[in-house]
This record gives sequence, C-alpha cells and structure tokens, in this order.
Amino acid sequence: MVLTETTVATRRNRRRASSYVKAVLRFLVTAATTFLGLLAVTFFIGRVVPIDPALAIVGDRAPAHVVERVREQLGLNLPLYQQFWIYLKQAFSGDFGTSVLTTNPVMTDIARVFPATIELAAVGTIIGALIGVPLGVLAAVKRGSIADQIVRIIGLVGYSVPIFWLGLIALVLFYARLGWVAYPGRIDVVYEYTFTPITGFFLLDAIWQAQWDVAWDLFRHIILPGGLLGYFSLAYISRMTRSFMLNELSQEYVVAARAKGLSESRIIWRHALRNAAVPMVTVIALSYAGLLEGSVLTETIFSWPGLGFYITSSLQNADMNAVLGGTIAIGVVFVSINLFSDVLYRTLDPRTRSR
Amino acid sequence: MAIVTNTATAPKPYSRAWLLSDRPESRHQARLGRAYVIWRQFSANRLALIGLGIILALVLVAIFADVLAPHNPVQGDLRNSRLLPPGSPGFLLGTDDQGRDILSRLLYGSRLTLFVVCLVAVIAAPIGLIVGTAAGYAGGWVDAVLMRITDIFLAFPKLVLALALVAALGPGIENAVLAIAVTSWPPYARIARAETLTFRNSEFISAVKLMGASPMRIVIRHVMPLCLSSLIVRVTLDMAGIILTAAGLGFLGLGAQPPLPEWGAMIASGRRFILDQWWVAGMPGVAILIVSLGFNLLGDGLRDALDPKEAGQ
Repeated sequence: MVLTETTVATRRNRRRASSYVKAVLRFLVTAATTFLGLLAVTFFIGRVVPIDPALAIVGDRAPAHVVERVREQLGLNLPLYQQFWIYLKQAFSGDFGTSVLTTNPVMTDIARVFPATIELAAVGTIIGALIGVPLGVLAAVKRGSIADQIVRIIGLVGYSVPIFWLGLIALVLFYARLGWVAYPGRIDVVYEYTFTPITGFFLLDAIWQAQWDVAWDLFRHIILPGGLLGYFSLAYISRMTRSFMLNELSQEYVVAARAKGLSESRIIWRHALRNAAVPMVTVIALSYAGLLEGSVLTETIFSWPGLGFYITSSLQNADMNAVLGGTIAIGVVFVSINLFSDVLYRTLDPRTRSR
Repeated sequence: MAIVTNTATAPKPYSRAWLLSDRPESRHQARLGRAYVIWRQFSANRLALIGLGIILALVLVAIFADVLAPHNPVQGDLRNSRLLPPGSPGFLLGTDDQGRDILSRLLYGSRLTLFVVCLVAVIAAPIGLIVGTAAGYAGGWVDAVLMRITDIFLAFPKLVLALALVAALGPGIENAVLAIAVTSWPPYARIARAETLTFRNSEFISAVKLMGASPMRIVIRHVMPLCLSSLIVRVTLDMAGIILTAAGLGFLGLGAQPPLPEWGAMIASGRRFILDQWWVAGMPGVAILIVSLGFNLLGDGLRDALDPKEAGQ
C-alpha cells in the first residue's frame, strides 16, 4: 500500500487526538483517585483511629444504652466498608456533619470562613511574587556576589524560622511598639456592623463600594499577616527564580542576544525572564497552596477568622467534625491547585506538548 | 613497566595521595578515598561547616543537659524569680511565669527536639525507602498502586494532616512524632523510586540477576544502598521542616505536654506575656531558628557535596 501524503496526515491527526484523549483520561483518573484517597484518609482518621467515636461524643460516664444508641445513629455498628460508603455519599452531597462548637453544618461554616483565608493567602502570594521574583533575578545575575549571598540568607531564614514565633515578634514590634498596624483580627469593631460585604473578600468589597476608610482599615489589618505569609512565599519564590534564571542565562540564545548587542537589562528582563516565566507560574501556584498550610498557624496568631483559625479553635474544643471538614477543604483546594498548575504548565510550555 | 613504576612510587597508606589515588587497591581504600573527596567538597563550603557545628553543638547540649543546665527545668522559684528579664544574676536568659530558668529549659528542650527529629527520620525514611524501591524495581501495577497511595499522602498539606491525626490520636509527643512521620515519608518514596528507575535496567543489576539473586536480595543489597545518598540529603533538608512542624504542634498544645520544656509549647506559654515580657516567648523561638537553620545549612552542604548534579544551581 502506498502511503500518500493525506493518509500520513490523517494518521498523525488520529494519533495526536488519541494521545490527547489519553492525557485527559489520565488526568481525570489522577484527580478522582486523589480526591477519593483524601476522603479515605480523613475517614480513617475520624472513624478508625479514635478508639470509640461514640464514647468521644457522650463521654465515658454515659450509660451503656445511650452509648449504643449513639453508635447506631452514627452507623458504627455497620461493617467498615458500609460506613465508608455512607461517608462518601454524605461527602459528595456536601455533608460533613455538624460542628459541635457553632452548631452549624460544617459545610456552612467552611463556606463562611474560607474567603478570609483565600484573601490572606492571595495577599501573601502577591507580596511574595512582587519581591521574590526581582530578588531571585538579582541573585542569578550577580551570582556569587554579596547580593546573591544576602538573598540566599533571606531565603534560608525564611525556611528556618517558626512562622508563629515570627508573627508574635512582628505583633510586638509593629503593633505594640510602633503602632503602625491594627490589632489582630480582620476588621475594626467600628466597621464590623456598618460594612456589608458582598463576596466575602472584604478588601475587594470595600474598594468596589468605594468605602475608602474601610479599605484602609482592612489594609492595616491584613498587611502584617499578609506580609508574614509573603515572606515565606518569597523565600521559596526567590530561590526557584534564581535557579530558573541561572538555567536560562546559560542558554545559547542569551549569548546570541549579547552578540547582537542587546542591552543587558533587555536580555535579562525581556528574553531570559520571559522564558523562565513558564515554570515560575507553577512555582507561584504551588507557593499559594503552601500558604494555605502556613495560614493555619498565622491565622491563630492574628485571630484571622479564616479556615486555619476555624480548625485550631475547633481543635481546642475537640470538635472532630469541624477539624476533619476543614482538613478536607484545605486538602481539596491544595490538590486542585496542584492539578491546575500542572495543566497550566502543559498549556504554557510548548515543549511539554506531545508532537 | 607501568605497573613496576607504580609500585615503586606507591603512596604511603592513609596519605593524601593514597586517598586520592584513582587506582585504589582495596575496597577499604576506595571507600576512604571517596569519603575524603566528599569531605573536601563539604568542608570547602563555610556555611555548611557552620551548620555542622550547630548540629554537633545541639547533640552535645542534649547529651550534657543535666551538667550544663544551672537550674531545674520543671521546678521554678515562684516567690523570688518570676518573669525576671534576661541578664538577671543567675538567670542568663531570664525566667518564665513559673519562675523557671529559661536557659535550663532550652537546654533540656534540645533533648525533645533531637528525640522528635531522630524518631521521625528513623520511622519515615525506611518506609519511604522500602515503598520507593519496591515500586521502582517491580514496576507495573505494584508501582502504580504504591505511587497512587504516595500521591494521596503528598496531596495533604503536612501540618494540616498532622493536626488532624494528633487530634484523633490525642495530644502528646509520641503521637506528634507518629503524625509527622506519617506525613513525611511520601517525598522519600518518590526520591527512592526515581533513583531506582535510573539504574534498574543497568548492567550490574542484570549481572546480579544472572547470578541468580532474588528480587528481594537485589533490592536490599544493590538498589537500596545506591538510593541512600540522595535520601540522606533529603532527610537532612527535611529536618528543619520536621522541627518546625513539631514546634507548631507544640504551640497548638498538641505536642509535648507541660511541664516538658518543648520549645514550641514554651512559645505558646509565653504568648500571654508577649507584650511586656517578650523573652519568655522570644528565646525558644531563637533556639528553634538556630537549630533549623543549622539543619538547612548542613543539608545544603551535603547536597552540594554528594549530589554534584544539583550543585550547579
């Protein structure tokens, strides 16, 4: 059989389409098993690790028939796989039980507090990227210089300092001694009842409604915890930027650009950084996911009414439903960001596409 | 003839030339030579040496805590020495709200830190090594299943999963160690698998296979030792994270329970006086910072010395 130009082309197209379908399928399988795994782990933590969840609810002095009734209500008398099945069905309908502390469904609570965490982590990531990327570029360009060393030390300290301790010290310094920022919390009590948020992202809401005094107050509240988280993402972002930039600057197109007589700043910012930008997107997305974790301790220090604060205050009250619901919420967002950044990387970088 | 001249000028055993010889005559010489080269690379890095010094100091302090500590770490003098500032006579770093010497508590606390770090490494690293090498060497569905499980654990933020686990297990330092270990093995499994994949089809493995070695023997005797150096680097770099997670759990009241002088818990107890008596919460934080900085510096140096591929970056 003669392979004509067109048959080759159609075969290539078919192959390309099937590899695309395969990639999408693989992605879906990965996402599905990871989310199922998340639920399996939290189910294990909530149902199997504690010796008797029913006893944990009624206390060890309750009469036997009460314990038995609670156990039946929770479905603990069923075999484990049936319990897991019920748990899955509830989880997919958004039912994570009721919080003992707030008496609301856990899902309602999470929907209420999550915007605060997203806002805080977003501010942290923006600060981290705005400072971290230039620092990383500087360190790569002046490799081995004093500036490189300083950026390295800043990063190392960021990796080594306990975030809750740095938060306390920052509070003492900037709030108590210098009075530059507002006290812990998200918004001043004065505005708490006059300000009506629309989306739950207070800063955006205040700017949207043109309430500048509220926006300024919100800014004074968010800047310290946001800056703290920003420092942590800065440590990561600057380190990765440096390594990507070093990689780009050693490429031949940089030599070619120099030979062409382009200015050094044009080479660095227009040529090298633009190529380094593709993996940087992934790094920034990952650092955002990392801040969701860092926000747990930061929110506790700054009484920031977000998901981290919700989890730790539920912990103090042994409110297991709320703790596990919060854990799932953070896990789901974390996984989603990871998967999303993976897809983003593939779309942005032509080299990762299959030919 | 070349051999004759070689033996004539054979370097003295254990001399520099003997160690650096590119024709080692015994396994012993080859090993020592390699160790010497690694040490030379490592010690050329001043920051890495500082890190090593910090960790050695930590170990020594932990061993000799009872000799070094000037006061009892758990019993204080409530009447005379409550919340004294740093530099007070007899209390170099001040005292806390129960009149206990902060320096002594920090010195004893180094034992807890070392305990947590070592135990987590001893539990998590072998799990990761076994899972990773088994997945990498077996391939196929074993690999797929093991790596899915690893990915699921990687999907959780470490601190959040550890929090939930300790909440279920109940607070305490042993449970904190267990929770941190459960959350820290997946990266080790990934590294061990990646290393295994790079040489699983290489000739020396085929040779061993040809000699009739069982898969078990190949994995344990030939695959695992080759994964060790990158694993050690990664574990050392993770130590700082482990310390920070343990301190975070302690700070939330889930780690070591009072009156144990755990550094994170000490920060939590000093939080109430942070505005007036900053040193109660301030000093333990400095201790945590120094020790985790030490582990980070040491890990960076080890990576540069053991893993020249990454060193250029």
